Amino acid sequence: MKFPSRRTLAISAVIAAALGGLAWVIASQGPLAPIKVTVAQAKETTLALSVFGIGNVEARRSYNIGPSATGRVTKVLVDQGDKVTVGQLLAEMDPIDQEERMQASQAAADRAAHNVKSAEASVAEAVSRAQIAKVSADRYAELRNKNFISQEAADAKRHEANAAQAARAGAESALAAARDELRRAVADRTGTGKVRAQLRLHSPIDGVVVSRLAEPGSTLVAGETLLQVVDPASLWVRARFDQGRSGGLAVGLPAEVVLRSLSGQILHGKVERVDLVGDAVAEERIANIGFVTIPSGLTIGELAEVNIRRPLVEKTLAIPAAAVKRVGKEAGVWLLQDGSITFRPITIGAVTLEGLVQVAAGLKVGEAVIVHSSQPLSQNMRVKVVDALVRSTP
Amino acid sequence: MINLASRDILHGWGKFLFTGIGLGLLIGVTLSMAGIYRGLVEDGRVLIDNSGADLWVVQQGTLGPYAEPSNLRDDVYRSIAGLPGVADTGNVAYLTMQVSHGGKEVRVMLVGFESGKPGQPGYLIAGRPVMRSHYEAVADEKTGFHIGDRVQIRRHEYEVVGLTRRMVSASGDPMIFVPLKDAQETQFLKDNDALLNERARTAANPAFNRPNVPGLLEAVQASQAQSHQVNAVLVRLTPDADAETVAANIRRWKHLQAYTKVQMDDILVAKLIATSAKQIGMFLVILSVVSAAIVAFIIYSLTMNKVREIAVLKLIGARNSTIAGMILQQALGLGMIGFIVGRIVAGLWAPVFPKYVLLLPGDALRGFIAVMIICALASVVAIRAALRIDPAEAIGG
Repeated sequence: MKFPSRRTLAISAVIAAALGGLAWVIASQGPLAPIKVTVAQAKETTLALSVFGIGNVEARRSYNIGPSATGRVTKVLVDQGDKVTVGQLLAEMDPIDQEERMQASQAAADRAAHNVKSAEASVAEAVSRAQIAKVSADRYAELRNKNFISQEAADAKRHEANAAQAARAGAESALAAARDELRRAVADRTGTGKVRAQLRLHSPIDGVVVSRLAEPGSTLVAGETLLQVVDPASLWVRARFDQGRSGGLAVGLPAEVVLRSLSGQILHGKVERVDLVGDAVAEERIANIGFVTIPSGLTIGELAEVNIRRPLVEKTLAIPAAAVKRVGKEAGVWLLQDGSITFRPITIGAVTLEGLVQVAAGLKVGEAVIVHSSQPLSQNMRVKVVDALVRSTP
Repeated sequence: MINLASRDILHGWGKFLFTGIGLGLLIGVTLSMAGIYRGLVEDGRVLIDNSGADLWVVQQGTLGPYAEPSNLRDDVYRSIAGLPGVADTGNVAYLTMQVSHGGKEVRVMLVGFESGKPGQPGYLIAGRPVMRSHYEAVADEKTGFHIGDRVQIRRHEYEVVGLTRRMVSASGDPMIFVPLKDAQETQFLKDNDALLNERARTAANPAFNRPNVPGLLEAVQASQAQSHQVNAVLVRLTPDADAETVAANIRRWKHLQAYTKVQMDDILVAKLIATSAKQIGMFLVILSVVSAAIVAFIIYSLTMNKVREIAVLKLIGARNSTIAGMILQQALGLGMIGFIVGRIVAGLWAPVFPKYVLLLPGDALRGFIAVMIICALASVVAIRAALRIDPAEAIGG
């Protein structure tokens, strides 16, 4: 037998390489190439469920302080950041003629008091007159009985006594009227004082001034805010949660808050209130999360991410969320059994933020499901199981 | 009977092989160009399939959401969900934008989707779906992002939690999927400077800033910063529903435009990418013609190089059919080598292209037949020339 020449060997090698290359192209790129997939086993595990939302730092109790009537600001005694105590004077509105009104009503009250005194004097005089007139009339009546004087003279004295008595009653009434007038004047003075006091703005709480919205000289209408005071102990996060993922949101659950300014730091808190009214337009629910300890330097309005921890679900069947696919309207998984794949609808339970899905029905422990695939899957596809479809982060 | 063609090839096989490889590279370029054309069309189609929708509901009178801008209120879906034949609806927002990551700029299409609704990626090649309602993203592998990367998109940083494959816009930009609310904010909320300027502009307008109406300015400014808009509502139909009937219903009673899959395919393929597809197609035609001409020239010149040998063959009494067969077989052999090399190199460099290159087996088959026909035709010219050779040339100078 003739030994093949070097040339023949070289040509055979080239032909083999060409055919090999073609075969590789067909096998790896053509429709015959198997689809690469990764699989995971359904297994029992403990699921840490949580609800995620974002919100802003707000004060639970915030006080808008402003005038109750339109007027001009004369004094603002505090600035943003100042600590204030209950009852502390914060600002004053221009009293315009309130001082003069006070003086006028004070003068009116004084005058009324004097009038009372003069009426008292008149009463004293009238009482004295009436007494004298009565004694005199009685004496005349006795003398008339003994016929020393005429009936006419006795009647005149009687009349005098009656008139003095009437004058006394009149003086007493005048005194009562003067006293009433005094009460009115005093009430008037007190009222004017209250109106005056109304123009001084006091702090309703022990708190911190968070905004100063007007300066002396500016005019505010009734109800407009001049200063805002909040109770720093009442700062919390008002967070919004997507309705679709807010199941299990309840008061008292522990929460983790990450402020945008301290993005590396997890602050602990708990749900203090779940609003009964959600946002119908944004389709969100609202809950308020209080801090365990309020961090210093917290700013109102800061964006915060909130992670609310729901109670753990022990020993439940779970698969990676990426394994759940939709065929039509049905959610299900592609099962890998003896190298062939089949779709099986499953019922999904709770979902964790880390990407695990609780399987309520449709899957048994240990069954292999396809997680990732290099193409959309369909029945009768050939698959090849690999560890990962893409190389992980370098 | 010995095979003259193979004997001749073996005689100068190196030259023959290199000619074949050169030819192969040219065929490879032509096949790749066909692949680029197919890829362009496929990019348009894949968008339709990946969205998982049967109907696209968009702003009235627009070709949205891919070919034209379209804006809808995001509560429109409620009135559509109640229509007969509608199984599921999903709000989506699309925005093509530039995202920079690690010093590199990537052009992406930002897709806002609702979890569990049409519009979300159908399958992943790594990682997990978006589970949080904010600030998580699933990116296409073409973006070059990895799982765990943090990507800044406008005002917020997003964590890449999953990767997809072949999720591209009609123009081939890779997609980044983020929760709908984030996408709305990205699309409609302005940057800080614009917000401040807008507030100042509103405050300067006496109609909104009235001294005797406290709170009006704040109310107006708050309403300006809201964004309850989406670009389209994707609708999935019940199995028994007729797409055109439901679409006609929406067009007539909801005063919105609705497109079926067929219409959307027409918009994307026939309208949106028509010009660039034609451009590539035109180039493909020219390249094919040029390739055919080059193949013909090569075979002709290969034959003409063998004038003396053919003359000798004639001199020793070889029949014309023997000579013609030799030339034809050589031409077909050359074509075969060229095609194999071309298909292999096209397959090798296709993944390196920045945009998708789709090498269809049908195209390869058509290419193979075309190469064989061109080779056969070219050899006819060479055969005619060979048969006219004077046997005397073998001994003449």
